[in-house]
Amino acid sequence: MVSTIPITPVKLTAKDFKSDQEVRWCPGCGDYAILAAVQGFMPELGIPRENIVFVSGIGCSSRFPYYMNTYGMHSIHGRAPAIATGLSVSRPDLSVWVVTGDGDALSIGGNHLIHALRRNVNLKILLFNNRIYGLTKGQYSPTSELGKITKSTPAGSADSPFNPLSLALGAEATFVARTIDSDRKHLQSVLRAAAEHEGSAFVEIYQNCNIFNDGAFELIKDSTTREDHLIRLEQGQPITFGAQQQFSVTHPAGSFGLKVQEGGEALVHDATVDDPAYAFALSRLSGSDLGTTPIGVFRNVQRPSYDELITKQLVDAKAQADGTPEQMLDGLLNKADTWTIL
Amino acid sequence: MSAGAKRVEQLDRVVIRFAGDSGDGMQLTGDRFTSETAQLGNDISTLPNFPAEIRAPAGTLPGVSSFQVHFADYDILTPGDAPNVLVAMNPAALKANVADLPSGADIIVNTDEFTKRNLAKVGYAVSPLEDGSLADFAVHPVALTSMTVGALAELGVAKKDGERAKNMFALGLLSWMYSRPFESTLRFLETKFAKRPDLVAANKAAFQAGWNFGETTESFTVRYEVKPARMKPGTYRNITGNQALALGLVAASVRSKLPLFLGAYPITPASDILHELSKHKKFGITTVQAEDEIAAIGAAVGASYGGALGVTTTSGPGVALKGETISLAIALELPLVIVDVQRAGPSTGMPTKTEQADLNMALFGRHGEAPLAVIAPKSPSDCFHAAIEAARIALKYRTPVILLSDNYVANGSEPWLLPSADELPDISVEFTTEPNGEDGRFLPYLRDPETLARPWAIPGTAGLEHRIGGLEKADKTGDISYDPANHEFMVRTRAQRIEAIEVPDIEVEDADESARVLVLGWGSTYGPIGAACRALRQRGLPIAQAHLRHLAPLPANLGEVLAAYDKVVIPEMNLGQLAHVIRAKFLVDAVPFNQVSGLPFTAATLENMLEDVVKNG
Repeated sequence: MVSTIPITPVKLTAKDFKSDQEVRWCPGCGDYAILAAVQGFMPELGIPRENIVFVSGIGCSSRFPYYMNTYGMHSIHGRAPAIATGLSVSRPDLSVWVVTGDGDALSIGGNHLIHALRRNVNLKILLFNNRIYGLTKGQYSPTSELGKITKSTPAGSADSPFNPLSLALGAEATFVARTIDSDRKHLQSVLRAAAEHEGSAFVEIYQNCNIFNDGAFELIKDSTTREDHLIRLEQGQPITFGAQQQFSVTHPAGSFGLKVQEGGEALVHDATVDDPAYAFALSRLSGSDLGTTPIGVFRNVQRPSYDELITKQLVDAKAQADGTPEQMLDGLLNKADTWTIL
Repeated sequence: MSAGAKRVEQLDRVVIRFAGDSGDGMQLTGDRFTSETAQLGNDISTLPNFPAEIRAPAGTLPGVSSFQVHFADYDILTPGDAPNVLVAMNPAALKANVADLPSGADIIVNTDEFTKRNLAKVGYAVSPLEDGSLADFAVHPVALTSMTVGALAELGVAKKDGERAKNMFALGLLSWMYSRPFESTLRFLETKFAKRPDLVAANKAAFQAGWNFGETTESFTVRYEVKPARMKPGTYRNITGNQALALGLVAASVRSKLPLFLGAYPITPASDILHELSKHKKFGITTVQAEDEIAAIGAAVGASYGGALGVTTTSGPGVALKGETISLAIALELPLVIVDVQRAGPSTGMPTKTEQADLNMALFGRHGEAPLAVIAPKSPSDCFHAAIEAARIALKYRTPVILLSDNYVANGSEPWLLPSADELPDISVEFTTEPNGEDGRFLPYLRDPETLARPWAIPGTAGLEHRIGGLEKADKTGDISYDPANHEFMVRTRAQRIEAIEVPDIEVEDADESARVLVLGWGSTYGPIGAACRALRQRGLPIAQAHLRHLAPLPANLGEVLAAYDKVVIPEMNLGQLAHVIRAKFLVDAVPFNQVSGLPFTAATLENMLEDVVKNG
């Protein structure tokens, strides 16, 4: 847990985190499940409600802060990581969460996302990825599969999608994970690990939009298909999956990447490997087709957070303070070639 | 360095322009001469003029950099229209500046650079030193480079380092010519080159060689003195607008008792404010160099939300990018200071040249009805007080404030009577810590009846957890609202709360109250307008001057002031942006007078124009 954030002895419950606002997502939206999971998990942190802030951008997911009985800001499209950076850096006593979507974080706000991750700002970034623009009624997004037919692409989209985890890893993220809206237990376990991480934690949450992109993640949700396609990453455990755990993720000699094969010697998962190439290779196992999709914590390494480094500079400089602020200001104004008229 | 036995002449004012290649150190030379002059107690005004390119090709016209300093034994308002002395370090510097000189001006040229090749680079077929084209001027040919190298040879200084010290030779010569005290320059060299004792020695020796040359050579027969100006008692320093603005923000932090948070992205000509503030962490100042202009203001809004004094500094192109976030801050009703150091536009325009053409953007450049406060400093030192005023309004009224500086005040300098920190206004405000509604509820949009400001309840305050955002808010509760009557009320209230900001009345300078013409200015045109008005009054032509510091809201007495004159003239470095506002708001037939050359008005230009208006209506 981040040491600058206070802990309360008061036991809070999920109910304490529900605001008085009416939740206005479409019935059946995956966002409900995520909201419930977050509200249910928050008491575990032991952080006083008033020290928690949710900052969001624009899009369906970005309504999230209104429903949390914490401090919150529903800002503008794509800019939540930038706003949250200013808040987090200037207030190390706050637990700052960013809620964003695939359009918000990866399209209009792409620059802020990568720079927040590069700096390792102490933010917990939850990206609700539904692979579609929902609030604007169904245009393709930067995570939509190539050839996606939508209102704005009747002949199919012509641009290749981002792999959000590969992007985050390329941006030097220190914590990268993926989870699914419908798997509450897994979702909460990933959030727990993210909250414990010092620095930026990037969590991609596969979220179903039942209106404009229903069933996008069905392959890894449906009980009849998921065992053969979903790879659960567990720290220190061999990476195997399948109904009989018959598939392994292996690292063939002479290859840059990882491979899925039947049988063979499975790699043992270690998210703390310093070389990001490992987590990157894991992130490349899945494409748009979700054929073999790992979930869990891909990468979890330590690097000083931006907040910590900036705070240290401030603390060191303030230790040089020599007088009241007014006296120091007088000193500063006079610190030049001055002359006196009598 | 004793005074020579040459004739000494008294002058009341002098304008000197140092001009050379971008790499010749002309800005530094001008700065040092200015500092020496300040020490002497003259009133001063300076104007640097440099290209955006760091080092344009050597010896070319685009690579010319200059620094003009005007000093006098009385109080002056501008860096001077025309130089009495031009120091030209190469043919390009001569060619780029000679047209600005009045006949009889002194020209000191570095003859070493007047080679065939350098002359050809700027299109001189024959050296202007030899073809009689400079007959109107007093030309002093000096082999600056070779004399510097010669003077340093015995120190064992490499030829290249010796050549680079030629600006100190020029400074030494000019310091001798105008009887400047040089101790501060010697101290400066010791500090600047603290790690290179050889360069300290070389530059000091070059300075001394220049001084001695003046004393001994026959090409300079007169030495000049300009007596100290009569100025208000107190301690002074010379300061540029950008420095003053940065220090004003530090002062605003001290006097509001709030940590200052600056989010900024490097941009000419505002970057110096970021540089300056990043040095003052001792005051609890955080500076974040963001990934772009939008992130810079976003971070500042985030910090404001957390209870800091959030500031972002930029120039016009940056303000354009920040527009959406400014609009957000207007909806959130949080304090925020946006500094726009204006430069010539549109687009990239001329980044190192001045203009006042962002007024429309500051007043109107956002989507929706998005009013905010706008203020503009009138001189380099006024940037200090304007920054405190911007912070005062932002904090008290919980609103974004745009501070419209420009390249002319930002890089120009003048003596500044140092204020005492204790005497600066107390601009502290209270955070809300208790619920303000019935049943212990917190109402984030319940306004102060007087200021119409909403409570500032920062995260970390137990019991006041609330959500804000860009969606329209219901009055009082801050809940999302699409109610037509509520939106009408909120839009009108946001406009009303800016109009309700208390700003001082505008003052009119009208010596004998007989003027029929009022000249109204704003921002950096104060100096040239003031100088022009003085000149007219000295010639017996009455004219009134009023200067706007607050552009939104406008002073309450402005309409009355405008109505009291037959004619209102508005000079601006744009195509009439304030004039449009004045005409629309007050139905006054104000006459715009506009210049968009990237250069400030000269006093003479305004004097001629105003003379015509006063005489002919």
